Amino acid sequence: MSAPATEGPAPEIGSPRRRSEDARLVTGRTRWTDNLQPAGTLHVAYLRSPYAHAAIARVDAGRARDRPGVVAVFTGADLAAEQGGLPCAWPVTEDMKHPDHPPMAVTEVRYVGEPVACVVARDRYAAVDALEDVDVDYTALPAVVDMEEALAEGADLVHAGLGTNRSYTWVYKNGDLDAAIRDAPVVLERRYVQQRLIPTAMEPRAVLCVPEGDDFTLYSATQIPHILRLMLATVTEIPEHRIRVVAPDVGGGFGSKLQVYGEEVLALLLARRLGHPVKWTESRSEGNMTVHHGRDQIQRLTLGADRDGRIRGLKVDLLADMGAYLMLVTPGVPLLGAFMFNGIYKMDAYSFTCSGVFTTKTPTDAYRGAGRPEATFGIERLMDELAAELGLDPIEVRRRNWITRDEFPYETVSGLTYDSGDYEAATDKALELFGYDALRAEQAERRGRRDPVQLGLGVSTFTEMCGLAPSRVLGSLAYGAGGWEYASVRMLPSGKVEVVTGASAHGQGHETAWAQIAADRLGVPFDDVKVLHGDTAVAHKGMDTYGSRSLAVGGMALYSACDKVVDKARTIAAHLLEAAEQDLEFAGGRFSVRGVRDEGTTIQEVAQATFTAHDLPDGIEPTLDSDATFDPDNFSFPHGTHLCAAEVDTETGMVRLRSYVAVDDVGKVVNPMIVEGQVHGGLAQGIAQALYEEAVYDAEGNLTTTTMADYLVPSAADLPEFTTDRTETPATSNALGVKGVGEAGTIASTPAVVNAIVDALRPFGVKDVPMPCTPERVWRAVRDGTGPDGPGSTGGAR
Amino acid sequence: MIPAKFEYVRAASAGEAVSALAQAGEDAKILAGGQSLMPLLRLRLAYPDALIDVGRIEALREIRDEGGALLIGAMATHHQVVRDPLVRAHAPLIAAATATVADPAIRHRGTFGGALAHADPAGDLPAVALALDAVLLARSPRGEREIPAADFFVDWMTSALDPDELLTGVRVPKLGPGWGVHYEKFHRTAQAWAIVGVACAVRRERGAVEDARVALTNMGPVPVRATAVERFIEGRTVSSSSLRAAGERAAEGTSPPTDLHGSAEYRAHLATVLTARALTAAAAV
Repeated sequence: MSAPATEGPAPEIGSPRRRSEDARLVTGRTRWTDNLQPAGTLHVAYLRSPYAHAAIARVDAGRARDRPGVVAVFTGADLAAEQGGLPCAWPVTEDMKHPDHPPMAVTEVRYVGEPVACVVARDRYAAVDALEDVDVDYTALPAVVDMEEALAEGADLVHAGLGTNRSYTWVYKNGDLDAAIRDAPVVLERRYVQQRLIPTAMEPRAVLCVPEGDDFTLYSATQIPHILRLMLATVTEIPEHRIRVVAPDVGGGFGSKLQVYGEEVLALLLARRLGHPVKWTESRSEGNMTVHHGRDQIQRLTLGADRDGRIRGLKVDLLADMGAYLMLVTPGVPLLGAFMFNGIYKMDAYSFTCSGVFTTKTPTDAYRGAGRPEATFGIERLMDELAAELGLDPIEVRRRNWITRDEFPYETVSGLTYDSGDYEAATDKALELFGYDALRAEQAERRGRRDPVQLGLGVSTFTEMCGLAPSRVLGSLAYGAGGWEYASVRMLPSGKVEVVTGASAHGQGHETAWAQIAADRLGVPFDDVKVLHGDTAVAHKGMDTYGSRSLAVGGMALYSACDKVVDKARTIAAHLLEAAEQDLEFAGGRFSVRGVRDEGTTIQEVAQATFTAHDLPDGIEPTLDSDATFDPDNFSFPHGTHLCAAEVDTETGMVRLRSYVAVDDVGKVVNPMIVEGQVHGGLAQGIAQALYEEAVYDAEGNLTTTTMADYLVPSAADLPEFTTDRTETPATSNALGVKGVGEAGTIASTPAVVNAIVDALRPFGVKDVPMPCTPERVWRAVRDGTGPDGPGSTGGAR
Repeated sequence: MIPAKFEYVRAASAGEAVSALAQAGEDAKILAGGQSLMPLLRLRLAYPDALIDVGRIEALREIRDEGGALLIGAMATHHQVVRDPLVRAHAPLIAAATATVADPAIRHRGTFGGALAHADPAGDLPAVALALDAVLLARSPRGEREIPAADFFVDWMTSALDPDELLTGVRVPKLGPGWGVHYEKFHRTAQAWAIVGVACAVRRERGAVEDARVALTNMGPVPVRATAVERFIEGRTVSSSSLRAAGERAAEGTSPPTDLHGSAEYRAHLATVLTARALTAAAAV
């Protein structure tokens, strides 16, 4: 038995450890799907529809089949009997219209980029070259591009058989909204558009399917190996146990790889037909057309308030663009917003109505934040509008409405129970870091001297729901799966540890954070822990990574699995030490008899003893392994206060962000460096929606932003230095006290930036600038406003 | 994306490149730094039969002093141009504009000559060459010829180079003492092309503008010289109002495009604001 340690190691949880996976990820010397090249691999290239909407009259692949290197050409008709339909796991209403969605189009195409045929060849060049020899006769049908027109009487239909372009209408109501608004002294009505975005993960989609007898191993750049496996089995009717899905290292997803794509189903079918490994990797422009898009909502908002700024009620009417088909969770994404439009505020009445609308565009689905950024934008823009209407400071109008720190837990008007929060603390800290009062003074001074470059200050006091999710709640929303997560801990004979997680990292840093948790809970060195994930043969179950859920749900499963190992080790240690279990204490990886510190044994020694099994207590199996799942009983609710200072050049419309302060409360933190990285990346993506990104379709339904020259993704050079800080109010729904941070920055920052721009331009009579706030749009807003002191001006004073 | 098939010839000298080009016929392209051509190939927007790679011809990278002018080799990279002491001393407008081209990775590979031969009106360097009255040197089996920048940019992405001509270098007259320069680039992100750019060189004497050269990026199918601006400001006393009034004339005679990043109307407006700013910076007001 070893001597007692004099000092335990510093705790891992809370330590800003550099991510151990980064060296291989940033150098690319790793298992990206496209790097995998089993012997005999064939390469697939897709012929895609150049029409937004057309009937397929005839496909002639004869000449392509004769080209050198070409192994096979398949059309939708060739695969019609076996390809099934792509799944939608979220039937949000009983009468939701859910059209068939073949992986490869058979009779009709409904968005530009929909696959029509594929060539399988011995190399990628031969496959792509042969596409030019596949002839398709299309009969053009009317494109349906605009959601409001799509719902008008006599509109052209995306799916003629459905008789309508409306997929569903979903309603939530609480309180007497009509009364609240009818009697309100202040009523604001606004229409905001959440433009369509392209997720743009660094790694494009890629899939490789390797057939082995009746079994298939499918490698895919996916966020959801477990869900994908089940869905592939359902769609193809290949038994689930014959399919192994591997998500090797995956270079980002932002929701875009939370999907079951046609190319994944087809990889399985082609590998089965041809008996060879088949691989497909998309190009960036192919991806822009065919990776599911995000956002795309028209919001009509009505807010009633008292003259002192207190909100009475909020009415939300949404149109949400589904695109041409319903994909995995397409219809449910905007409904996550139903619970978030009330933000951190108290109100008496609320109503939310959302209609999902089909258009001849790429399907939409989850994109970082998924429904919550749209809702947060709506309410946070309205709070600034309310402040302007009443001549109040936007911070003050928020203070008058938010849930105060002594009111938690608080049941909101949209039916959630916020477990914890401290909006006062986060706001006070943000105001101080930002230098709010000095910036307001500078704003007044610039307004006074009519500086062509005006200063605007934008506020966003956001919250969000994450840690998806309590399985019962998901069930009540008709979601097709649960929200638990799985973890397993295996103590190896040498005392080293393997941790298996059902969460599927694609850039978040699970390998580091999970090792930190295991190291602390088991009392072993960080470097002694290996984290395994992303392979259904290794992690046999899991619910994967999305919705800022990994730590709050999967981290808790690990926490619990560690405790199970320690409990069993305690039994064995007690036997070895000839002591009673209840007399043992466990600290720093060592069991000792309480009060007799020099009598003890380490967990590694217990692992060794377990392996040899020479002297185990009766009935104890010789393993030091455990499995655990965790299903939370509530969502978690990160919140924070973000402040943005924007300089707006009124002569050119150029917006420059001068400073940005983000104070986030994500509860307890396992690794502050990872948290800060998530906030930075989230801010970049949220700012990108405010200023840069938009998927643009022309009137014929052609996507015009197919390259990164046209779809502008900002780089570090375009962003200000971020000032980030935290307050720490633990979540009460899990023992770690963590909330989740993957989406917070994206959710918070978009309204902060637009609020800053509008704030700068209020003297010009500007009340809104549509997103993205391009220089030309800002310039037009200034020009079309009436200018300083004009009749539409709200004046420079606050 | 994957380019279509092409023949590839690596030339060891300018002479070898010229004969390879002649041999390959009309559908051959010169490959310089590849920063514009390769994306076109990968998107299958260009289908050349053959690429003649001039990337290893060291002699074409040289930047030398010819007395009254600099000769910048066509294959000098942007990175090399920005750092070159001769360019910084005698053609500072080129150094300033080149520093705004794309990003460091592209500037390490992209070349001065390639950017001009590509003749993209949204590129920064064509307007600079035009403003500085640069002369482009072309070589073919018929010999060498000199093409003034004013005649070089013929139409959208079309230069005066014949299919068998290789751009070997650019002669740039030195700016003497008293000149101030500025390149005003307006773009939405650091790596994006200019929505509008203004290349400007101004010589001041005793408080007045003695000489002004102003050329505009992305205000038409080719870079355009803002002659109305030049005529207005030359001889006038430098003041914020005179420079602003000069700027007001910037859009005269232009035909700017409308695209995702800006309408023609907006570009015409931007040209006036940015020209006034460029003049102000160049005249060091």
